[in-house]
Amino acid sequence: MKKNIKILAGSAILAVASSAAVQAGELTVATVNNGHMITMQSLTGHFEKDNPGIKVNWVTLDEGTLRQRVTTDIATKGGQFDVMTIGMYEAPMWGAKGWLHSLEFGSSYDVDDLLPAMRNGLSANGNLYAAPFYGESSMIMYRKDLLDAAGMSMPDNPTWGHVQDAAAAMTDKANGVYGICLRGKPGWGDNMAFLTTMANSFGARWFDEEWKPQLDSPAWNHAVNFYVDLLTHYGPPGSSGNSFNEILALINEGKCGMWIDATIAASFVSDPSQSKVADVIAYAQSPVAVTHRGANWLWAWALAVPAGTQQSDDALKFVEWATSKEYINLVGEEKGWGSVPTGTRSSTYQNMKFLAAANFAEAEMKAILSADPSNSTQEPTPYQGVQFASIPEFQAIGTAVGQQMSAALAGTISVEDALAASQKAAEREMIKAGYY
Amino acid sequence: MNISYRNMKKIKHQSRILACWTLAIIFFFPIFWMVLTSFKTELQAISIPPLFIFEPTFENFSIVQERSDYFKYATNSLITSFGATIFALIIAVPSAYSMAFFPGKYTKDILLWMLSTKMLPAVGVLMPIYLLADAAGLLDTKTVLIIIFAMMNLPIIMWLLFSYFKEIPSEILEASRMDGCSTFDELRHIVLPLSWGGVASAGLLSIVLCWNEAFWAINLTAGDAGTLTALIASYSSPEGLFWAKLSAASTLACAPIIVFGWFCQKQLVQGLTFGAVK
Amino acid sequence: MKFSVSKALQAPSVILLLLWMIVPLSMTIYFSFMRYNLLYPERYGFNGLSNYDFFLTDPALFSAVTNSITLVGSIIAISVILGLGIALLLQETFKGRGIVRVLLISPFFIMPTVNALIWKNMFMNPVYGLFAFVSGIFGWPVVDFLSDFPLLSIIIMLSWQWTPFALLIFMTSLQSMDTEQVEAAELEGAGFWSKFRYLTLPHLGRAIGVVVMIQAIFHLSIFAEIFVTTGGGPGYDSTNTTFLIFTQALLQFDVGVASAGGVFAIVVANIIAYFLIKTVAKGMAK
Repeated sequence: MKKNIKILAGSAILAVASSAAVQAGELTVATVNNGHMITMQSLTGHFEKDNPGIKVNWVTLDEGTLRQRVTTDIATKGGQFDVMTIGMYEAPMWGAKGWLHSLEFGSSYDVDDLLPAMRNGLSANGNLYAAPFYGESSMIMYRKDLLDAAGMSMPDNPTWGHVQDAAAAMTDKANGVYGICLRGKPGWGDNMAFLTTMANSFGARWFDEEWKPQLDSPAWNHAVNFYVDLLTHYGPPGSSGNSFNEILALINEGKCGMWIDATIAASFVSDPSQSKVADVIAYAQSPVAVTHRGANWLWAWALAVPAGTQQSDDALKFVEWATSKEYINLVGEEKGWGSVPTGTRSSTYQNMKFLAAANFAEAEMKAILSADPSNSTQEPTPYQGVQFASIPEFQAIGTAVGQQMSAALAGTISVEDALAASQKAAEREMIKAGYY
Repeated sequence: MNISYRNMKKIKHQSRILACWTLAIIFFFPIFWMVLTSFKTELQAISIPPLFIFEPTFENFSIVQERSDYFKYATNSLITSFGATIFALIIAVPSAYSMAFFPGKYTKDILLWMLSTKMLPAVGVLMPIYLLADAAGLLDTKTVLIIIFAMMNLPIIMWLLFSYFKEIPSEILEASRMDGCSTFDELRHIVLPLSWGGVASAGLLSIVLCWNEAFWAINLTAGDAGTLTALIASYSSPEGLFWAKLSAASTLACAPIIVFGWFCQKQLVQGLTFGAVK
Repeated sequence: MKFSVSKALQAPSVILLLLWMIVPLSMTIYFSFMRYNLLYPERYGFNGLSNYDFFLTDPALFSAVTNSITLVGSIIAISVILGLGIALLLQETFKGRGIVRVLLISPFFIMPTVNALIWKNMFMNPVYGLFAFVSGIFGWPVVDFLSDFPLLSIIIMLSWQWTPFALLIFMTSLQSMDTEQVEAAELEGAGFWSKFRYLTLPHLGRAIGVVVMIQAIFHLSIFAEIFVTTGGGPGYDSTNTTFLIFTQALLQFDVGVASAGGVFAIVVANIIAYFLIKTVAKGMAK
């Protein structure tokens, strides 16, 4: 026992000694645990081979944790990361504060090839602050077999009324098939991402031009009532706890007729190694109620270089590599064209190999091209963003509202009460933040 | 009459054993299910109805191994949890000993105050601690995790040791003092051997709590000092079903501590019973 | 002489914990009066009581506090009663007792987020979870755990994890029971209940106190399980004070409000601890 203690004490001392500083030439890249990033991680060797002397260390986290981690680091100038994966929500805010290096690349990078919506969404004051790694919008994924059996069809640009009819026709609860599955788990990036696009299309907006929250407007009321009604009648049980993964499991098991969610989902549901319905899934654009504006979201995961890093040159090299046309080609050659990161460059959608490999490419491109973060609501707003408002307060507001929406969905409170409580919560935040 | 009494006793004994096994299986089932899932493909993992019999695959484990440096994370976990526990035990054993056997007027209050240092919720103090760690140049080091883990668990170790030491009959100590034992000898030759099971269980608990600590282990580390909880965080994704892979990563993350616990449980029971000493 | 030695022995732990407490605590109290949002570094300044005002007028505060208390109370009750029962059962000697012991303790070794994911996805999901599957076999109605009983679901997850903790402490403590005393009582014909009431329970008194106090502290700051499974919802049904601080402050990087919330949480924790000490842990330092 004495010996054991000695060994253990030794290891404790070792631990203190071995906590050395980061060596030069090592890049620490923070990223999220999504499929495309995992591919990037596995291809790092190519970058290291082309750039001898640079070694890339990965810190992979889930989305929420990553956001908290990198925001803490950049705001306190902790300097832990040389490259950060950030979203369309952070990039313009942080860029405007001078927290990020503005990105300028050589002509071979072909910055004009970036999709305009992506480029705008990641810029502030005309400077690009984060390079898009992959982009996504939202669309309908539906079971063509079930719809055919019900004697219905899905137009390319359906209305919400048609979606409701289709959901009713496909629902077969006795056999465990639910017409429509939608997000319900509270969170600004969970149920509110979807619900905001739905509300946009019903003519709603988060704030008016004076930054007054608009959750008590008839448009929100109409949209949320429609949502709750739809899921209550034709949705699966447990909807108020479902987000992307839960629904993906349901649809892959053949339990859902329709699903409206991120375009990236198409690559999962069409993958026979994880989906039982891979060959019967078809795609259409997000449904529309009174306006097509903001009916489908726009999101990009992008790579940015924090202003505080001491290795900005190497970091910029890495960002350029990972978001270049050559990288997309590399993924296509090494991993197959079905798994290239999409939604960033128009050249990708002109690539025949990609179009041949991905049956969802056309629907995805159409969705991404139709989204415009600076003009996403019927009435004018002072904010950027389709499924969010790019102000620091939005995460808290969106999550508080999301909790109310999940309660309305679970039936514990009425839609009217939920929206009234949401309006109050949003007003509180805006007053605290000093908007008025 | 006598026979039926003996039978009754036997039935009672058997039914208690049955109850023990039933409970053990119920409690262990979720873990068994997780381990089982780690040998499934992603499609099998979400199958309805759930699959009990299937052809196992080791693909998930090889993917985890390929994607992340499991041994780096495991070594970090090992060093931080053992380092912190040893650090805390070295401080706590003498303190708890002296509180248990030479209680002062304020001993009880000090103990309660110690526990109250754990009341500050981590989400409320993230910024202060982060700023301090940054100022000390300790971000992303095992040192900062060892310090924080030790401080977090010190009150708990103190309480457990205190309560185990208190159970040692005072007659034994009085006898030793008559023989002229010094404080150190008394601690080393009488108190520790008698409460070895207690010290082991306090140490085990502390190691487990460090091993599973996620908030600080994720928020204060980047590429170098991440522990196994950071490895787990890199396998949960809001967009993409990685249950089988997540289960594989979790199995790998929990396996060392479960094996360790298995060895320890012998230590825990081997602790001498006072009845035998008297 | 003895007294000063004992003081010297206690000093390191007291001093270290004092530092560990005072430094972050004073920073937290300081920040709680400041306007300090990481995303608005330029707006830093004294803010009076408005952080407290904002946090304390939150409509979710009342639910958060009652949920916190419900969580703490029920998890402690379940884990102590179950842990005690199992510890007593395990006094039986039989072949394979070591394995049974390890199986029973194992849930405590599982990381909280993994615990939450296992229960949410593999057991409680009303469509593809094992519970729904089992109900289906027996023709019972399927329970939608996380939507209809969010708090109960979290209590189940945490009780599963923490009963082994109570069990471990009780098992260790039962080791030091005076077997002669028990045998003597048995010879005099004492039944199970009277042995339990007059020998076991008094012996375990201190261990129970320790388990209750330690669990209370841990369960007041439950976070990962809520974050992963229900996101605090539906509504505020599973929001506790820690989660409220997270959504109201940390999520938008408002250090000021987070600190005010932290100070509030300490006050709540101390009130609860005070009542616990009065009722449960009286015998701690006897």
